Amino acid sequence: MTEANKFVDIRHAQKSYGELEVLKDISLSVDRGEIVAIIGPSGSGKSTLLRAINDLDPLTGGEVWLDGVQINKDLPYRQYEKHINAMRQQVGMVFQHFNLFPHLSVRDNVTMAPKMLKGISDAEANALAEEQLKHVGMLERIDYFPSQLSGGQKQRVAIARALAMKPKLMLFDEATSALDPELVEEVNLVMKRLAEEHMTMIIVTHEMDFAASVCDRVIFMDKGVVVEEGPPSVVFQNPTEERTREFLRKHLSQYAEGAK
Amino acid sequence: MGLDFSVVPGYLDTILIGVLWTIAITVCSAILSFFGGILFAVTALYAPWILRLPVRFFAWLFMGTPLLLQLFLIYFGLVELGIDLPAFVAGVIGLGLHFAVYNSELIQTAILAVDKGQMEAARTLGCSRGQALRKVVIPQAVRDVIPPIGNNMIALLKDSALVSVIGVSELTLSSQLAIGRTYRPFEFYAVAALFYYIVNLGMEAVLRKIERKTALSR
Repeated sequence: MTEANKFVDIRHAQKSYGELEVLKDISLSVDRGEIVAIIGPSGSGKSTLLRAINDLDPLTGGEVWLDGVQINKDLPYRQYEKHINAMRQQVGMVFQHFNLFPHLSVRDNVTMAPKMLKGISDAEANALAEEQLKHVGMLERIDYFPSQLSGGQKQRVAIARALAMKPKLMLFDEATSALDPELVEEVNLVMKRLAEEHMTMIIVTHEMDFAASVCDRVIFMDKGVVVEEGPPSVVFQNPTEERTREFLRKHLSQYAEGAK
Repeated sequence: MGLDFSVVPGYLDTILIGVLWTIAITVCSAILSFFGGILFAVTALYAPWILRLPVRFFAWLFMGTPLLLQLFLIYFGLVELGIDLPAFVAGVIGLGLHFAVYNSELIQTAILAVDKGQMEAARTLGCSRGQALRKVVIPQAVRDVIPPIGNNMIALLKDSALVSVIGVSELTLSSQLAIGRTYRPFEFYAVAALFYYIVNLGMEAVLRKIERKTALSR
């Protein structure tokens, strides 16, 4: 079967908070090297789905598989902790509010996890920090503290921090939503470069232009279900579902209003 | 009879040795109260109930009873159980644990106030909860409570006078010694007060330096 070949495989994902069902039987897969955008109105469940992938928000039903291994395995607590920590090392995540460690320098933000979890030496860690920070254009800020950086710079460091664990998959949870408009582009450029390097990425975003220009596939979610998915050219220009059309119309008019 | 400070210089060496003991007992107790405070806070928040309950009981005991009584209990009371501690050690344990309980309250609040995103970010990198607490959450919590912990340490310095009653010849007891010989209580207590104030200033300077050093990491 093709099942085994699916790189990221979400099977019948279901999530409820009491009575409220926020994910309703979602199944979707992502190929290795594929870049997928998840769009949709707020409350559609897109962030919840993304956070379910590395089990930050555990599903109440269904399975998530990465590269042939189930992430949300049903294990006794201790075994599960060991398993999930190993899985999360393979999945990088970037947050809307960066979540850099304010008490650590840029260098230590990047090297903390590799040093602690992979047991690399200080010299290796330094080389790793320099390599990753150079990659996101932040090498000259290596000895700064997060409080001394702009939002865009913080987010680039956060990306470098995630990449330093050499993940197989990167998750972006509205990575540019908290940024001033003029700082969005520098982060987008870093994400574009990752795309060119064929990093597998799942991107929850409100930026339709970015989704259209960078992603291979766009998934439109609403009220806990996948309403429509396909290449950006189809979803953005010829959406088949009325809900998608309505969302895009609203979103574009919001943009227009914002531009006035 | 007027005041006569001319008797003071003759006992200055006694007083200065008292100052040194006061500093020694304050520093040792402060260190114990700081690390003990972190340990109690983490236990109170995260340990299984079999550890958490004794720590809660202990905290209740230390907050609900007078420090003076605690010192008596540790120094005189424990002898009955065959634990005969030197006065200095008993003083450090009493002061250190007493203030550890107060520090622990501060640190617990600060741990709970650290942004949830910090724990999440560490967990998504693959850290265990313990690793995330140790490297990410607790350092930030401790950094955030340095000013109020500093206030506790100044209170500790002043309460260190209580260990004079179990025979540690710190500043207060040395002054009493000098008074016993000269019958000049006002002069020597005033001098002692002055020295407490000077040590206090020194401590505040150190605390300010620590606060400045951590300012960047906010």
